[in-house]
Amino acid sequence: MRELVWLIPALPLAGFAVLVVLGRRLGNPLAGWLATLMVAASFAASIVVWLGVRAASGERSSTQRLFTWIPAGGFRVDVAFLVDPLSITMALFVTGISALIHLYSIGYMHADAHFTKFFVYLNLFVFSMLVLVLGDNLLLTFLGWEGVGTCSYLLISFWFEEEANASAGKKAFVTNRIGDWGFMVATLFTFFAIGSVRYADITAAAPGLATSTATVIAVLLFLGAVGKSAQLPLYVWLPDAMAGPTPVSALIHAATMVTAGVYLMTRVGPVLAAASPWVPTLIAVVGGLTALFAATIAVAQTDIKKVLAYSTVSQLGYMFLAIGSGAYVAAVFHMITHAFFKAVLFLGAGSVIHGMHEEQDMRRMGALKRAMPITALTFGAGSLALAGIPPFSGFWSKDEILLGAWNRGGFVGRGLWVIGVLTALMTAFYVGRMVFLTFFGQARWGDAPAHAAGEAERSAVEVDDGARTEHSGQASVATAAPADHGRPADQGALQPHESPWTMTLPLVVLGVAATLGGALNLPVARLRTLASWLDPVVGGQEIATSAATATKWILAAIAVVAALVGLGAAGVLYLRRRFADQPREPRVLARGWYVDEAVTAFAGGPGRRLFDGVAWFDRTVVDGAVNGVGFLVRGAGSGLRRAQSGYVRNYALGFAAGAIVLVAVLVLRGVSL
Amino acid sequence: MITAAVVDPSWYLGLGAVLFTMGAVGLLVRRNPLVMFMCVELMLNAVNLTFVALARQLRDVGGQVVVFFVLVVAAAEVVVGLGIIVSIIRRRPGATADDVSLLKG
Amino acid sequence: MEAAVFAVSAVIAISGAAGVIASRNAVHSALSLIATLFAIAVLFIAQDAQFLAAVQVIVYAGAIVVVFLFVIMLLGVDRSEDLEEEPLRGQRPAALVAGIVIGAGLIAVVATGTITGAHGAGAAVRADMPNVEQLGRLLFTDYVFPFEVTSVLLVIAVVGAVLMARSRRVDQVDEDEPVLDLHAEDRADAVEEPA
Repeated sequence: MRELVWLIPALPLAGFAVLVVLGRRLGNPLAGWLATLMVAASFAASIVVWLGVRAASGERSSTQRLFTWIPAGGFRVDVAFLVDPLSITMALFVTGISALIHLYSIGYMHADAHFTKFFVYLNLFVFSMLVLVLGDNLLLTFLGWEGVGTCSYLLISFWFEEEANASAGKKAFVTNRIGDWGFMVATLFTFFAIGSVRYADITAAAPGLATSTATVIAVLLFLGAVGKSAQLPLYVWLPDAMAGPTPVSALIHAATMVTAGVYLMTRVGPVLAAASPWVPTLIAVVGGLTALFAATIAVAQTDIKKVLAYSTVSQLGYMFLAIGSGAYVAAVFHMITHAFFKAVLFLGAGSVIHGMHEEQDMRRMGALKRAMPITALTFGAGSLALAGIPPFSGFWSKDEILLGAWNRGGFVGRGLWVIGVLTALMTAFYVGRMVFLTFFGQARWGDAPAHAAGEAERSAVEVDDGARTEHSGQASVATAAPADHGRPADQGALQPHESPWTMTLPLVVLGVAATLGGALNLPVARLRTLASWLDPVVGGQEIATSAATATKWILAAIAVVAALVGLGAAGVLYLRRRFADQPREPRVLARGWYVDEAVTAFAGGPGRRLFDGVAWFDRTVVDGAVNGVGFLVRGAGSGLRRAQSGYVRNYALGFAAGAIVLVAVLVLRGVSL
Repeated sequence: MITAAVVDPSWYLGLGAVLFTMGAVGLLVRRNPLVMFMCVELMLNAVNLTFVALARQLRDVGGQVVVFFVLVVAAAEVVVGLGIIVSIIRRRPGATADDVSLLKG
Repeated sequence: MEAAVFAVSAVIAISGAAGVIASRNAVHSALSLIATLFAIAVLFIAQDAQFLAAVQVIVYAGAIVVVFLFVIMLLGVDRSEDLEEEPLRGQRPAALVAGIVIGAGLIAVVATGTITGAHGAGAAVRADMPNVEQLGRLLFTDYVFPFEVTSVLLVIAVVGAVLMARSRRVDQVDEDEPVLDLHAEDRADAVEEPA
């Protein structure tokens, strides 16, 4: 059954091909159903292969080789799929969640003029992501890596008629490129050091690598991961990516693409283990700091999607914290649970936005739980999971990560644990804030005067922010689809409604998954399912936790208390108080610590001088060298041309000179008769 | 008095070298095409002298055969060359070697 | 005895050569050339190349130089060459330097070369056979192919000379036209070329 692995990426690819050719003919909604069917079939194939892996006795990992892609002497790369517990796990949740989101999109995008194009891109994306996770070598992963990057760009700027959306797509692509450079150079180094780019060969050769080589490779791959998974400092593209349609945010920027970095680092874990000890520390510190940093920004966002975007950055930080601490299982576990609850949160947000006629500003929402009960319920489940409240899935996975950080020991380990707990507190806070502002409290959308009064008091100083958001690259509040539901302006006629079944069904499924997902890896002896399942792959690089059971209970309790404190604080500030009395968001946090402004200032000011300098160098030195060769040749030619005087006697002189040389040779060699 | 019985062959070779040099200098210095041609003949004769001297030195008749051929070819060459000179000077009376400079690059 | 012959002939040859390259008048040059050719013929005899000496006098002095003189007279004695001036810059000094170096080089070759007294690889000179017979034997056995080829060469030379020396009609000749014009005969009425 494992031989069917090629079907997993082939089905979405076929969907893509068919839609490219026949999409316009199939139209709305048939194209969407076809795309969804393909991904669902891919999910079914994943299950079949998974069963095959489970049933395999002995070697759990196998490779299916399709054909040789690059046969270049000593460098050979095949298009081959690696079937092992890790890759099939990734394939399962990628296809599963993708199928649900495809279904959701049928409802969400039904009013869009470019319905078919959306599904074309979505299928292509799923194909690329599957190639990424199933590929058996770095190059194939990189192919998928670039593919998802391209689809991300295409989908972020899906509504490219608005310039801000197109800019956001560009920003994502360019920022990712910096990381991609790291990936490419790492691949080169790997080939030089090991002679192959296949994961099997890398895993086998890793223990024998020189520390410096492994360090370089690990750091460069981490750079790639930083770009793709939006860590400090390359996270700036993810908030802007919210300019794309919400299903895109859910699928790409929450559940799948951004996890590619985590997957990559897990795959090359043996190399990490062989690198200098400061490399995992670096990864953990970057992860931890990112988590905290993004959480501080999330607490001050007013756009519901931005909150979720920064939340994603923060949760990805947790995953890298886990990897840096050697807790690979915890990282993968959190990746899976995060996919569940973040997807349900994004889809829920999309449902809210759809129901609110493209309104995304939470300050204009409120009291939606009566109007959109299913959305509210599933959103609540996802929120509790994100906040880390037991028994929801997020609690179990986050707890594993915090345990891993604590287990690391030393100043760094304990410090990172503290950062993790602080972040958990802030996470709960902004989650609570988001839920209370959106679904509870007074309805700020129906009654124009009350809304206006509250708005005016709270945002009098922030009006200019709205005008400036376009220029600094952050998507402005209403850059959603040019919908037919009417602008947010006519508040009087606004009547939020629950979404159609195509949108609520995925919400329910994912909500259940977010609630019960913790069962995948309970910290009870026999129930550590995920850990034992992944053991053949990550067992060698996993650092086992050595804390006593009592310590584990205490640590868990502290984390839960922190989460409850955060939720409580949010409740006091946002549930109890009237809208007008709620605290205004601090400007510095709302603007993300002014990072985007700083980058713009640098690029416009000293950065521009630097770039001009580089451009000058390219023009003068590099081009100059090339042109210089041409000038040299021409100059030499002009000079030598003067030898052609046209006078026969001058040519005769030339003859004489040649004769002299010959005679000289004769004299020097000596002649004997 | 010069009474040596046999002349060292090197003297002949030396004489040939001198004649050749004089012919070369004349070719490079004179502009009248006919005189230049005569200098070429001078050089050929110097070569002939050298060949004969060496034929005698090495007791090889082949050297004299070569001279024979050189003579034949020189004759043919003179015929054709003078034909060319005639054509040129007919076209442009008073032309010298420097006037034929169309190959200027 | 031979030395005296050599000395006298050498002097004549060199002064003849000097006359060739230094005479203002082309006819004087031709006559100096004859002197040189005769001296060289004498040197041939001194070196037991009697046949060559005869051929030298008959062909070179008697035919080639005569052709030269014919052409000089046909074209008129040329006085346009001024020996004093040299239009090409640096030609004269360069020529002198080249000449001296070549001469010195060649003499150095002769002087530094060693004579081992070995015999040549070809046919040996035989004392019993006349020179003409030896030459003839060689020509028609070992060198028969070059012999035939040179006869072809002579034919070609004659054909070329005839073609080139044909008279042209003045009015139909222009600067850019190639020298060889096969259709010149077919052109319309000719104007006799001015002498």
